[in-house]
Amino acid sequence: MSSLLCSSIGKKLLMGLSGLFLMIFLLVHLGVNALLLVPDGGELFNAGAHFMATNPAVKIMEPILGLGFLVHIVYGVVLTLQNRKARGSAQYASGKKTKGVTWASQNMLVLGITILAFLVLHIAHFWVKMKVTGSDLLEHVTINIGGVPTEVENAYALVNATFSELWIVLVYVVAGIGLAIHLSHGFWSSFQSIGFSNNLWRKRLTTTGQVYAWFVGLGFALIALLQYLFFQA
Amino acid sequence: MEKTLNLTLKVWKQNGPREKGRFETYKVSNISVDSSFLEMMDILNEQLINEGKEPVAFDHDCREGICGMCSLYINGRPHGPDDDITTCQLHMRKFKDGETIIIEPWRSAGFPVIKDLIVDRTAFDKIIAAGGYVSVNTGGVPDANALPIPKPDADEAMDAASCIGCGACVAACKNGSAMLFVSAKVSQLALLPQGRVEAARRAKNMVARMDELGFGNCTNTGACEVECPKGISLSNISRLNREFLTAKIKD
Repeated sequence: MSSLLCSSIGKKLLMGLSGLFLMIFLLVHLGVNALLLVPDGGELFNAGAHFMATNPAVKIMEPILGLGFLVHIVYGVVLTLQNRKARGSAQYASGKKTKGVTWASQNMLVLGITILAFLVLHIAHFWVKMKVTGSDLLEHVTINIGGVPTEVENAYALVNATFSELWIVLVYVVAGIGLAIHLSHGFWSSFQSIGFSNNLWRKRLTTTGQVYAWFVGLGFALIALLQYLFFQA
Repeated sequence: MEKTLNLTLKVWKQNGPREKGRFETYKVSNISVDSSFLEMMDILNEQLINEGKEPVAFDHDCREGICGMCSLYINGRPHGPDDDITTCQLHMRKFKDGETIIIEPWRSAGFPVIKDLIVDRTAFDKIIAAGGYVSVNTGGVPDANALPIPKPDADEAMDAASCIGCGACVAACKNGSAMLFVSAKVSQLALLPQGRVEAARRAKNMVARMDELGFGNCTNTGACEVECPKGISLSNISRLNREFLTAKIKD
């Protein structure tokens, strides 16, 4: 097993699998975020956030998610360093004029670092406040979940207050676009790396990948933007 | 009337593997648009010899696009500004009169420069020696169609087998990866029953050798496929991933 993970294809397998795992997480995250757009004063979003915070399955998945990020980031850096070395220091004086190669595919590390920078900010804005330091905005409110009155943290108030600041919203929009570009190559590439592709599936995967990437990337950006524009008291 | 070109050539000159290289500028005139790129290089070299200068060293052999020896990086592209051809199949009609043409060797840590435009591609031979063959016990000639092979498989195997091992994939790759080459060599045999027998061992050994020789990891940019003179498909890389991973997991 160790010889598998030391090989180039083994490392790419880990990159692909962690990427696929993170892409599933993004869909779940976007699904909960979409509740922010329900105009009920955040009741449904709070119920969703409460479910995500208390569900045992989510609790188990949380450290695995952290591991997924870690593997993806560490191997991304390791692979890129190896690739730079394999490429060598000599550059082509006449440049690279190969057509039909997407910009995203050649800049995955730069895009990844952009997303990581955003992630640090994002975790400081929400995860740290919800799990570690707490926040005045998170005062408990009582909502009805399936007819049962339940006391939950007012996560909506925190999100709403965070998205009242224009610079934060702009950062989210830029990060959303960066994420979309990263995924526009990452989606099909992860399938290719784990060996699930051929001439037919390549077309299907690249098309699906484009739809998925821009749906997710613009979805996150749009939710932040709509919160700023239409959901402020 | 026959059209001719006057050209400025910026050519990479390097005396030896450890020497520092530089660009030399040469002028050639009255080059027929009907001549091939390598014929133009021959005219340049004849001119240099007549002037008492050292000619430019470059690899070439069959000059009909099947041996994989020619290997020039011309104006930003391996094998120059045309698709699905090798350098020897490139015609001078692809260039304009008065144009400056930059000619460089393949650039990759796996392919060190030997002299001028010639790079050392023995790394490819080492990868082939690691498993790119079928161990055959020769006996009588088998009956035709004794081993039925589906047409799509035969076609795909033939397409993969058209790889001439020129190294344009490595030259084009931003990662210096040899995955397109290795995947073609693994695929041409893995798709056929004769090659299937040793498929797992072949995939493992060839990939191990490829990694050992310092070639990079594939990031699926697809530059190799675009520049491949034989149009080897990226789907071969996916097949190699599949072959390698299943072989490793079965261990």
